[in-house]
Amino acid sequence: MTHTMEIDGVEVAFSEGETILEIAQRHQKEIPTLCYDPRLEPFGGCRLCIVELEGARNPVASCTTKATAGMVVRTTTDTIEAYRKTLLEMVVGENREVDVSPLRGYASGELADLRDKYGVNGTSITGATSGTSKTDDGNPFILRDYELCISCYRCVRVCAEQEGDHAINVMNRGFHTQITTEFDGLLKDSACTFCGQCIQTCPTGALADKKALRAVDEVEDAVPDKTRTICPYCGVGCSVDILTKDEKIVGIHPAMDGPANQGALCVKGQFAYDFVQHPDRLKTPLIRGDDGELHEATWEEALDRAAEGFREVHAEHGRHSIYGIASGRAPSEAAYLMQKFIRAGFGTNYIDNCSRA
Amino acid sequence: MSNPLVDMQKPDVIFCIGTNMTECHPVAATGLKKAVARGAKLIVADPRRIGLAEMSHLYLPLRVGSDTALLLGMAHVIAREGLIDEDFIENRTTGFDDFFEHISEWTPEWAETITGVPAKDIETAAIWYGTANRGAIYYTLGITEHICGVENVQSLCNLVLMTGNVGREGTGINPMRGQNNIQGAGDSGALPNNYPGFQAVTEPEYQAKFKAAYGREVDLEKGITKVTALDLCGDSIHAMLIDGENTLLSDPDREHCEHALRSLEHLVVIDIFLTETAELADVVLPATAWGETDGICTNTERRVQRMRAAVPPPGEAKPDWWIISQIAQRLGFKGFDYDTPKPIFNELCRLSPIYEGLDWERIEKGATDILNNQWPVPHKEHPGTPRLHEETFANGRGIFSNVHYRDPAETISEEFPIWLTTGRRLQSYHTRTQTGRAQGIDYLLPEESLEVNPADLEKWELTDGEWCKMSSARGSITIKVKATNRSPSGTVFASFSFADVPVNLLTGSGYDPITHTAELKVCPVRLEPL
Repeated sequence: MTHTMEIDGVEVAFSEGETILEIAQRHQKEIPTLCYDPRLEPFGGCRLCIVELEGARNPVASCTTKATAGMVVRTTTDTIEAYRKTLLEMVVGENREVDVSPLRGYASGELADLRDKYGVNGTSITGATSGTSKTDDGNPFILRDYELCISCYRCVRVCAEQEGDHAINVMNRGFHTQITTEFDGLLKDSACTFCGQCIQTCPTGALADKKALRAVDEVEDAVPDKTRTICPYCGVGCSVDILTKDEKIVGIHPAMDGPANQGALCVKGQFAYDFVQHPDRLKTPLIRGDDGELHEATWEEALDRAAEGFREVHAEHGRHSIYGIASGRAPSEAAYLMQKFIRAGFGTNYIDNCSRA
Repeated sequence: MSNPLVDMQKPDVIFCIGTNMTECHPVAATGLKKAVARGAKLIVADPRRIGLAEMSHLYLPLRVGSDTALLLGMAHVIAREGLIDEDFIENRTTGFDDFFEHISEWTPEWAETITGVPAKDIETAAIWYGTANRGAIYYTLGITEHICGVENVQSLCNLVLMTGNVGREGTGINPMRGQNNIQGAGDSGALPNNYPGFQAVTEPEYQAKFKAAYGREVDLEKGITKVTALDLCGDSIHAMLIDGENTLLSDPDREHCEHALRSLEHLVVIDIFLTETAELADVVLPATAWGETDGICTNTERRVQRMRAAVPPPGEAKPDWWIISQIAQRLGFKGFDYDTPKPIFNELCRLSPIYEGLDWERIEKGATDILNNQWPVPHKEHPGTPRLHEETFANGRGIFSNVHYRDPAETISEEFPIWLTTGRRLQSYHTRTQTGRAQGIDYLLPEESLEVNPADLEKWELTDGEWCKMSSARGSITIKVKATNRSPSGTVFASFSFADVPVNLLTGSGYDPITHTAELKVCPVRLEPL
């Protein structure tokens, strides 16, 4: 059922169950958030999304407040903006650093962006930094740099709500809040599957992509180029962005709008990409020589030899002596041409793909 | 899959059988986890106590290879309890009366004697699924990699047809495909029985269509499967072109496979690495990899999607389509003068009714609010088909199959008293040509080990963490023992990923007679300490 409410003086329609934030975002209102990830249940932790609601004594968090008919909301007032700036001063002041490499993760620049937008210099509120980095976790994928943690709990919630793994949780309260595994151990010894979702939702880079950070010197602060494609592993078909710098793959981001995955990935899709530029890759054609060994050859030589072998076998044994096996890994154009090679070339149906084993 | 992936969050009863989804399709499994968190009931049938079993409300630990018996028992209970959807059966199916008669014999008590699953649990599973408003079935190779793979799938179809759990949101019968483009490879006609778009090679209409398209006579009979072709190597098959498959490690009965490939006069392998299979080739042609290749693939929910090149290939590597075209041109074959993948995909779309409304541009744009690229897409204005079988089945009516239980090709004996079943693990993929070369994966999974129930260690004189010799009727390997309750007593598990533990030396006891899919899930073995 559709109702109406007023946002910044404009009457807008909404459906039962929508939050003020969702409606405002639909109408292109810029409301800052840090603990918000549209894939997760609203949390209301960072308070940056506060708005003025007529009739309410204090500002309300727009992410957790469900809209009701007739509400009158102001998203940007001097008072609200001042509150937001103060909140950002406090958050920035307790972090070791705010400017982090974009290689840390998909959302890792969110805090720095808001700091810049609100002109926070991080010097008005200073003191101890909160969060203790877990430097003894030597896993190769997830950097646990909790000195940058702002306790938004997006990592804990994505692990529980999106992945259903519940590998991490919150220890202590207030300034001593710490994200931890059970018994404060290593991720490897927890229920963590290393899907990397915590890295990609973290708004400060406190959880960071260790593998991508290997290229930090090459990438510097520049955002790497992104190419949208589909993960090369199982048949779910998750959309991913390949991050590249100067013809080198430096990391993977999940595509938050991927139709099959909506931002989710697993350990293989997130981290097992470097087979592509591995030194073991075949770089030239190979032909078996008279000595029984494979030797490097030119494309002309190799293609001629490949064709000649089929021609000879065809001449000697007939067209039913030749068989084609298509790949389930290569794109469909390869599979289509493999079957065309057999059907249009030899006139047989001696063609299969690798799905029977 | 009959239903889209987004439907996985929507069933109220989920029945997973022969699918280790949290490891093999982890992102799809997140949908099921959300459904369970929302209150859906989860039934899991699997010989191993896998991750899904830990999450389930009802776990059915069936003996390997006994799926048909379990499913017959469930069908019996659904019929006995009157949980059938009479309208659906009347309007959408055929053969129910015979089937009803057939299943009266197969009680859950009988099924218990075959499967080892208590009859009362089989009854509960049947009643939950039978009373579901939205019941959804998910399965993977645990159903198909058996000599009775076809009967297993037919048994699942029987449950769907009895209860009308198809053609609606949050229902359906949903096989999870295991490779990024294995669906696309079949769609594209790389099959001995079908032209592109699953048009049967035995149908005169399609024969005429492809004769015209390719400008030559075509065989009027089905071709042979890869399994048969490997059997005939050196006999009547003398040359092979293999694209991107490490046949030697992924296929059953490695020795047989190696012997077959070695007996060819001419073997050409296209791949990105010098795999164990490529090492046997006369000519090895270097292909561009993922991330270097522009093209189109199709996922498990029939969604056609664009893959894009982000980096240049190493050395002189070339796209697969270019390599195949070049060989074809050298053989004088007509119609292989392509410069880009786009006209190849568009040609496939023109020849395939399920892709007819698609073309390169539409896939390039991606899904929109209006146009979804899940096939069938029969014409340009068609929005795509997220859900199959909504109004009717492709063949008219759903057919009940009077299946019978059959023992696996080999059953345990005095000589080979233990069931071995095989599969994948989360952190590794297939034969590790890719994940074995990705930094960090070794930290999580450095080596293969054989999962053995702790209670069995003493009986077989094994020690946790020590090596043992595992033998089947085809050969022996050595493998490290890992005690875990994931394996039930009497059954052990290993993946086929590691070249130094070539589990597929042991497998290959038999094949489904119709699909020629190998019984990789069942292999009687003997274990001895080293």
